[in-house]
Formats: sequence, C-alpha cells, structure tokens
Amino acid sequence: MRVNQVEVPRDENGSSILDLARADIAESSTKTRNCAACPGSGSGSMEFQSPYPDQVLENVLENVLHFLTARRDRNAASLVCKSWYRAEALTRSELFIGNCYAVSPRRATSRFTRVRSVAIKGKPRFADFDLMPINWGALFSPWVAAMAKAYPWLEKVYLKRMTVTDEDLVLLSESFPCFKELVLVCCDGFGTSGLAAVAGRCRQLRVLDLVESEVDDDDVEWLSYFPESQTHLESLVFDCLQFAVNFDALEKLVARSPSLKKLRLNGSVTTPQLYRLITQAPQLTHLGTGSFGALEAVAAGDQEPDYASAFAACKSLVCLSGFREIFPDYLPAIYPVCTSLTSLNFSYANINAEHLKSVICLCHKLQTLWVLDSICDEGLQAVAATCKDLRELRVFPENPNEDVEGPVSEVGLQAISEGCNKLQSILYFCQRMTNAAVVAMSKNCPDLVVFRLCIIGRYRPDAVTGEPMDEGFGAIVMNCKKLTRLAVSGLLTDRAFSYIGKYGKLVRTLSVAFAGDTDMGLKYVLEGCHNLQKLEIRDSPFGNEALHSGLHHYYNMRFVWMSSCKLTRHACQEVARALPHLVVEVIRSQGERNDDSVEILYMYRSLDGPRSDAPQFVTIMQ
Amino acid sequence: MNFEGELMNLKDTELRLGLPGRDEEQEKRSCSVVKSNKRCRHESSEEEGSSVTEKNNAGDGSDDQDNVPPPAKAQVVGWPPIRSYRKNCVQQQNNKGCQERSDGAEYVKVSMDGAPYLRKIHLRVYNCYPQLLEALQNMFKCTFGEYSEREGYNGSEYAPTYQDKDGDWMLVGDVPWNMFISSCKRLRIMKGSDAKGLGGCL
Repeated sequence: MRVNQVEVPRDENGSSILDLARADIAESSTKTRNCAACPGSGSGSMEFQSPYPDQVLENVLENVLHFLTARRDRNAASLVCKSWYRAEALTRSELFIGNCYAVSPRRATSRFTRVRSVAIKGKPRFADFDLMPINWGALFSPWVAAMAKAYPWLEKVYLKRMTVTDEDLVLLSESFPCFKELVLVCCDGFGTSGLAAVAGRCRQLRVLDLVESEVDDDDVEWLSYFPESQTHLESLVFDCLQFAVNFDALEKLVARSPSLKKLRLNGSVTTPQLYRLITQAPQLTHLGTGSFGALEAVAAGDQEPDYASAFAACKSLVCLSGFREIFPDYLPAIYPVCTSLTSLNFSYANINAEHLKSVICLCHKLQTLWVLDSICDEGLQAVAATCKDLRELRVFPENPNEDVEGPVSEVGLQAISEGCNKLQSILYFCQRMTNAAVVAMSKNCPDLVVFRLCIIGRYRPDAVTGEPMDEGFGAIVMNCKKLTRLAVSGLLTDRAFSYIGKYGKLVRTLSVAFAGDTDMGLKYVLEGCHNLQKLEIRDSPFGNEALHSGLHHYYNMRFVWMSSCKLTRHACQEVARALPHLVVEVIRSQGERNDDSVEILYMYRSLDGPRSDAPQFVTIMQ
Repeated sequence: MNFEGELMNLKDTELRLGLPGRDEEQEKRSCSVVKSNKRCRHESSEEEGSSVTEKNNAGDGSDDQDNVPPPAKAQVVGWPPIRSYRKNCVQQQNNKGCQERSDGAEYVKVSMDGAPYLRKIHLRVYNCYPQLLEALQNMFKCTFGEYSEREGYNGSEYAPTYQDKDGDWMLVGDVPWNMFISSCKRLRIMKGSDAKGLGGCL
C-alpha cells in the first residue's frame, strides 16, 4: 500500500484547525471513492490511495500507533493519509480538548471511538479573577451526556474551569463501570451530593481530586458513601472544601484504603485528627495537613500527641502542603520529613523568615516550593542557600493591596537567581522590582520555561532607576531560550513588546495587564510570536488596528482574551467575518449599551461554529 | 482604562468594619428583637440549581482585616491576579487571633438581583445589623431605606433578604443578630417590590 503525503500547510505546532478540518473532510469524501482504484495520481491535496484497505497493514499500523502517546505526534500521524487517520483515531485513548467550545462533543466522540481518558478545559484563566460574568458557560453536561453513550469503558476524567453539576456527576457514576479517576481543577457548580454519587457508585475509583474548586455544602456526608469494603483509593484530595467533613467517616475510609498514597485534607481537619490519620497511613507520599493549627483547648501541660514521631514514620513522604491555620510551634514536627521532601506548599501559611529557615535548611532535595511573601527577602535568601535543586517557585502576597510596602522585592529575586540555577518556573508577586534583578535571573537561570512576575502596584517602574521594566523582560525573552510562558507587569512601553515579538519565538502563553503605549505593542507580539496559543490582555491601550494585525495567526491559537482595551464592536465583527471558523464573543457585564465599545473580547477557533448555550450578555459576532 | 469606571460600578468594594462610636440609637433600633415568624415568600427559580457559578468579588483586596482606615484608592477588579479563594483563606487566618479551628460554613454568598457577580462575605466580621447593612450597601452600591418591623425596608429600591437553615427566605433584621448569624445560609438583595411579599403575610 503506497502512502501519499497529504499536502498540508507547515505548522510548527502540529495541526492547525484547517488541518483537522481537512482531515475530517478527507475522511468523509474518500468514503464515497472507495470503489474506484486510482493509484498514484499524486496531484492536489485531497488524493488518497488504496481504496481496498489492506487489513494486515492497518493492523500493524494500529499496533505501532499504540505507542504514540504525545498528542502532537498523534495529530501529525493522523494527517499522513486516510488510513493513518483512521488508525490513529482508533488507537487514541487519551483525548485532550483544550477549549471545550472548539469542537462539539458529537464530533469528538464520533472521530475517537475508543477513548479511556478525557481532559477538557473550559473557561479562560481570567475568569478566576472575576473578570468573566457568572454563567458564561463551559458546561460539562453535554460532554458527559455524549461520553455516556460513546465511551462505556471510560476510566479518567480531568476537567479544568468547567461547570459541573451534581446531575453530571450522578450520570458519570452511573455510566462508566470502569471509572477510576476524577480530577476537578478550578471547577464549580456541584456539591457534596454529586461527590456522594461518585464515591458510592464508582467501585473502581482510584483518584478523587478536588483542586481549587468551589464545592457546595449540601449537607451530604459524601465520605460515608464509599463502599464498606476495602477501596482502591490511591489519591483523595479535598483541601479546597470550605466546610467540615465527617472525620469519623474519613478515618474509617483511610483505614480501609491500603493503596492510599495522596491525601490532602481541608482546613476543618484538626491537628490531633491529622495525627490519627497519618499514623494509620504511614505509606503516604503526598500529604495535605489540613489546619495544622492549635486548638484553643490545648492548655499548657495537656498531653499532646507526638506529632514528630508520626511524621517520622512516614518514610515515603515527598510532598507536603496544607498548613491552613498554621501554629508555628508545630513546625518541628515536620523536620523528620524535610530531608526527603521534593515539594512543599506553604502558600497558606503566614510564617515569618525565622520559621521558614528552620524548615528550609533541611530541605536539600526540594524542587517545588510555594510560599507566602511573609517569609520576606530573608526567607528567600535562605531558600536560595539550601535548595539547589529548585525547579519551581511561587511567592504569593499575604496582603494583595497596591499601596503597601511589600516584604519581598528585587533582593529576593536576585538571591533566588543566584542560588537556584536550575529554576524552570517562577511566579513572583512583589511591590517593587528592578530591571537588574530580572536581567540577573535571565542570565542565571537559563532553563526558565515559565516566567511570571506580578508587580502589584500597577505601572510601577524600576524601583531604583525609575525606568520602565522593558529591559528586564527583554532580557528574559532574549536569554531564556526555552521560555514558553510569560506574564508581564510594571511600567512597560511598546519596547517591551517589541522584545517579546522579536525574541519570544517559543512563547505559547502570554499574559498582559496595564501595559503598553500603542497598537504597536500588540502588533509586535502578534507578528513575532509564531507559537503563541493563549493570549490574555487586560486594561491595555491596544485597539482595532492591533487586532487586525493578528488575522493570519488566530486560527493557530486556543484563545484570545482582551478586556478593557480599545476595541470596537465593529472591528470585532470584521474579524469574525474575515475568519469564519473563529468564534468571536463580545461580552458585556452589565446592562445594554448603545455604543461601539467592547468590554471583553473572547475569541477562539471552532470546528462547530458558535455555541448554542451562550447567555444573554454574550454577543457572538457574525 | 476607559472601561474601568464602568466595571467598577458594581464591583467597587469598600468593605469596611463599622467605626467605633456609631450612632447608638440606630444600632438599638436595628438590633432589637422582632417577632421571629417567617414572612412568606415564593422562591424564584434563579436561586435554584447548582449550576450557578458563584464568584467571590471581594477580590479587590480592600478588606481591611486589621481595622485600619479604609484605603483612599478603590481597588481594581481582579487585580492583582490572585484567585479569590486564596485571598479568602489567608484573610481568614489573619482574622483569627487565636488560631482556632475553622468552623466551616463561615462564608455566605451574597447576590443582588440584576448584578452578574456574586460575592461572599464573612458574617462574623460584623457585630450588628447596621454594620452589615452598611457593608452591603457599599458593596453593591445601593440603599436599603428605613427598616421597620411592619413594613420591612420602606422607601428603597432594594431590600436585603436571607435564606435560613430551613430554606425559608426572611428579611434581614427580623430576628436577633445572634440568631441571624447562626441561621443565615445566604443573602440576597432583592428589588424592593419583590421583598414586599415578605412583609405581606404577618
């Protein structure tokens, strides 16, 4: 069977929407030509070979394609020819939908028929910061309904920023007898009733992870719904729950879950309760400690459990988080595990530099650290001195107001850059920063893939020179050759964006707020960043001309978000007309207005046209 | 930046604790015990359903937990880019002086008819009705008018109501403060005309 190369536009990314659409069209059109033999004509982009399928070769192909796991590789393979397209579709077991509105559930489930694991992402990230009105969409319901019919063997569901209802969870629990893993990140719309359904009916459940999701308290004790017999649970994460859980049920559940490795408790679990749990489960590798606070009732002289021994018994612990109401006197309890920790999340613990130092000096193997800026520059210096293997650092502000003196600054950033040369990812909130420190990081940390700097005071210049922060961010894109994600802040002129456009060739995600001077800023980015997939901009003076300059690229992107910029509805409409496969949503958060202004523009490619579930405040431009 | 003004109409929050030395008369009036009978109300469908996405819009960060005078500058919505969930958790810690265990169900959701954003507030931050009402009025840029036992909130466009543990909707101020605190599950600022129904069946 000879295989013809299908002519497709070169795309460094993998397939653009046009490739996927063509592949779809090719699939349906060649079905009608199945009977005619026309070997080797080769001209034009839609010619396919071998109308009589060679079953043996196809089987071989399927077996080989099973080994292809990376979705980019799979996308590429599916474009080789019709036969490969078919084989790839049959062998894809993990389905990733980066934007839930880019494709309909029907289309996805029709093409990929043997999927075991589904990941779907919904709302854009700025929705996390209340910039998107409620009820915008990203509903899981149509997906679970389609999958209930199409994927009886479904095992895993991963959702991010989707709205999931209790009914969805009930349907899920009833439709998939082999269901094993449910991970909900930044989701909402469901409560303990839905959790109870999953706990009660998914008998093969291994993973139930609720991460930063809003869960309603329906007064259902969901933990009591797990089967009475031994469970297969390996991971139970519910640290985002804002209400109490039934501890008795929890304790019994842990006792009958011998495979449990990851347990992240919410703040309602007290320290004595934590003690009881970890003595039952010393095999844990990932622990979220819950409150870690001191109860008022603990008076001097009262017998307290030997927390340190309990932690010492957890010989496999590598990841520690929680500390929701930390009582610093309890910190020594975790010393025994510090030397093996690779990940530590103190981002809810308002501890000072001294407290942190006592812990961090033992954490030689640490690769991931999340902290509150209450540890000050001094704390960061201690991190730099010990954590030579650090890959990811996140420093969150304890006080997110704009007019305060921040406890961390360029000093901390500089120290980290000097001490942690293997750094790959950083998120740093601060009140003051200098270009020098950012430049230093660009040179000392060449492996940086993610650089997100948030100077909380808007339009703040270099704290020492008074200059814009252009040079700092310029150095980052210039020197960090692996950079794929960038978030900028501080006083920035168009120059900063010219650097990003010129040097940020691998940048896929860019986040901009209160920055830039003119349309040129955005133009530089849209014309220069060939790999840009996700663009989120707020409160920046970019207008219609800039928007227009990206027409050549929007089909290659997952989404563009622009809010409080200088766009008009008319310009958005022009984009919609120029690019028929782009869904251009103009969102207004309050009332009717007659003028041409645009509060929020959110646009994304879609194979299935405008969605049918758009709420009233969304206008889809056409 | 042109649109900031528009966005801030509803989301502008100056969530403050009441200042000491408030008007005592007003305090007495609002906190006084009234009948605890429930006013009848028919549920509107928009409150139902777990598919309503609710966001905390106190993300402006101006919740002054330290009892200092409120900041002169109003904060911007969604800035800095920290998830409100995270802001709440840390604020919650700061509010607790003595590190006591989290009680759960501390926050109540507050919605206002016609506003697309939901807020969450920590009821125990307030000591009495006037403080709570002032905060709500500031948060949502509305006024509630005079409260009276018989007529509810008279002469105002909006009235604050809440849903108690039994699921019934009541007018804020009907029951003693402490009873309110422990039974209030969520708040809803209703159009005055809708809330009249609450006062109707005494």
